[in-house]
Amino acid sequence: MNVMPLGAFELGLASLLVFLLAFLSYWNRMEIERPLLIAALRTAVQLSLIGLVLNAVFTTVNFYLVALIWTLMLAAAGWEVMSRQKVVVKGPGRFFIGTSSMLLSSFSIMVLTLTLVIKVDPWYSPRYAIPILGMLLGNTMNGVALAMNTFTNLAWNRWQVIEQRLALGQTSAEAIEDIWRESVRTGLIPIINSMAAAGLVSLPGMMTGQILAGNTADEAVRYQILIMFMISSGTGFGVILSLWLMRRKMFDARDRLRLKESFYRIESAGNKK
Amino acid sequence: MNDLKVENLAFLQRGPYSFKVAAGSVLGLRGASGAGKTLLLRAIADLEPHDGSLWLDKTACTDLSGPQWRRRVAYLPAESLWWHDRVGQHFSVAPENEWIQQLGLDSEVMNWEVNRLSTGEKQRLAILRLLQHRPQALLLDEPTASLDRDSIGRVEAFLVEYLRQNSAPAIWVSHDQAQLERVAGSRMEILAGGKMRELI
Repeated sequence: MNVMPLGAFELGLASLLVFLLAFLSYWNRMEIERPLLIAALRTAVQLSLIGLVLNAVFTTVNFYLVALIWTLMLAAAGWEVMSRQKVVVKGPGRFFIGTSSMLLSSFSIMVLTLTLVIKVDPWYSPRYAIPILGMLLGNTMNGVALAMNTFTNLAWNRWQVIEQRLALGQTSAEAIEDIWRESVRTGLIPIINSMAAAGLVSLPGMMTGQILAGNTADEAVRYQILIMFMISSGTGFGVILSLWLMRRKMFDARDRLRLKESFYRIESAGNKK
Repeated sequence: MNDLKVENLAFLQRGPYSFKVAAGSVLGLRGASGAGKTLLLRAIADLEPHDGSLWLDKTACTDLSGPQWRRRVAYLPAESLWWHDRVGQHFSVAPENEWIQQLGLDSEVMNWEVNRLSTGEKQRLAILRLLQHRPQALLLDEPTASLDRDSIGRVEAFLVEYLRQNSAPAIWVSHDQAQLERVAGSRMEILAGGKMRELI
């Protein structure tokens, strides 16, 4: 089956809808038009550029080139997570916590999937390795950013409660357990919801893409199930790891709250999500 | 004996403080707002990083983990906060009925919603919550600040009896000189700049 070709005209037509939405926002003073247009422009530019890069990478199959792209993707995801926080760690931990937890969760799950499940040869084959990591990171990033933001915001607002619990002899883990639970839930609810609704309410993006590109539906379905399992476990492990690292920053070795010493609040988070 | 010993305790450019509170006795502490009374109690509870050493009997603060020390040397903040919906959820060990009565609280208070408690009830319940793990020393930051005269009497009698029965030392912060004279065997004033002076 041939794919219906999409040209600049067709994409321009679709962009009119985004412009319409931006105009509506401007008209009603919703103040979302600027971030909307910037994000739309970024989507177009970033995807076009990555398209060029991928074309080149797919033809060469060079491990070092693939590793370089993974590193860039991971750094970009870490940067995104960091820039979505209102209460952030002082010093380099600001970037390190989100990035390292995504590295350990998304990256290791990608390697496991490529070597044990898909068994592609070579395992770093860019046609598989790059889109899979991209899909994993895109979702893990959202979960990790949401969970970290909830964790630090709640801790910032409820620090006196945390201190009183510590004063009663609770450990740091006990004193912050409600906040921990709420943050894990916040980070995981989107992926749990999309797994629950998959196939009933929505056809996930990757599967739709495969079907549109001419693959059979049952093959698209099997890949989609695989991806959903990877995303949910990657998000879950990433969220837990990032919160664990945050908690270590938040308390010292004697279970004393060091929130104001180790974190600071950005007063205006600008137009970040 | 459970003496509480503070040796060269220094924190946040305050101190060093050195003093001892003997088992079963109360050190009354007063001082102007901002003089550092609360900070001193927090440092002794090991909630504030500090230099110097803290001892309860022969156990140094550093011999125990932070939470273990704070279960023995319990700190009651001036304002009590509650994080669950029901009172009883804040207790891992239910308080004795006798204690509930002695503090003039309703016998069903453990089943109450926190949001129906008055400030005075919260303050008395915070004392019960503090004592659930039977601490061996108490750090009390204005424990009767928002109570009426009857309740003040009950709380003073209750705490003094607890300290006597358990041979527990206590530091009792209050702005009320008469109260300190009633409950404390020795009294100190904490001065701006981190010095202390004995009150007669």
